[in-house]
Amino acid sequence: MSRFKSNEKKETPELNMGSMSDIIFMFLFFFMVITTMREASLKVHFTPPKATEIQKLEKKSLVANIYIGAPINKNENTLPPGEVSVQLNDQTIKAEELVKEVQNFIGTEKESRDADDRDKLTFSLKVDKGVQMRYVNTIKQELRKNNALKINYAASPREK
Amino acid sequence: MSKRKTPGLNTGAMSDISFLLLTFFLLTSSINTEQGIPRKLPPPKADDQEETQIDVKQRNVLNVEVNYLDQISCNGEVILISELKEKAKEFFANPTNSDELPEKVNKPIDGIGDYAVSKGVVSLRNDQGTSYDMYVQVQNELQRAVNELRDETSLQYFGKKFSVLDSAAQKAVSTAIPMSISEAPPMDYGRAGE
Repeated sequence: MSRFKSNEKKETPELNMGSMSDIIFMFLFFFMVITTMREASLKVHFTPPKATEIQKLEKKSLVANIYIGAPINKNENTLPPGEVSVQLNDQTIKAEELVKEVQNFIGTEKESRDADDRDKLTFSLKVDKGVQMRYVNTIKQELRKNNALKINYAASPREK
Repeated sequence: MSKRKTPGLNTGAMSDISFLLLTFFLLTSSINTEQGIPRKLPPPKADDQEETQIDVKQRNVLNVEVNYLDQISCNGEVILISELKEKAKEFFANPTNSDELPEKVNKPIDGIGDYAVSKGVVSLRNDQGTSYDMYVQVQNELQRAVNELRDETSLQYFGKKFSVLDSAAQKAVSTAIPMSISEAPPMDYGRAGE
């Protein structure tokens, strides 16, 4: 009786890889749901200031971004005296064309939305925390002139 | 021949594909960054019309000024950012009905009834050289003052915090405690030192 005979030929069982793809798909769907495609690549350094009383914007589709910060690339257009760039869409704008460019930007952003949604369009100012207020004030004045009154100061959460 | 098994599908490559997709979404995703402090700009002034100076009593205004060194003054007194919230709360609430702090007007509000609404306005003035970080901090502290007062009123009248009220009640509380910040044209003293 060789009830306990040693089984020399026994192979290590193969791992069942079938459920791995389930896990991966779960991750995949998670990231697909929370993802937002960045329409424009950033041309300026942007570290948001931290704040406690922040609110989430309701609809991402009703947000237009204006980035202000130090340029990443030295060749970018800057506002005088040459330390800060303003980025609309995927371009930094020239100082002398600022008024026209901001007006165009607001116009196209408003036109690309339905008539009902135009009043709800929010302009999110994504300003680097080291930027001086003079640049922000310039942009705010242009927004105000062009009747784009809903704005948002982008900030990241901080503990109270 | 009848015992032949159906050959198993080779699913090893499937995980490769899903990994590829996963990496793609991992790289392109940015977790909801659309958050911040919402504000409304005043409507543009008409060309033919000067900005009207509304006469406001001194007691109804809290002058908050931030200079180019990011120092804060509140009605002429230099304060720290951590003190601003209490100042603003005291200003808006005026708990002792002091003569130095804003007047209140009784207003009927749906869902609350008569409520003494403060006439106080924060006048915020910054320098062109003020850092954006400090500007946001000041806005944040003022917002916090209003939010805390709204929470207190909500608890008193509805027994719940402001953020969990329904929209009608939220509107009532917002009317009772308005967020009134007026931004004065910026000063430019920082440039002189450049």
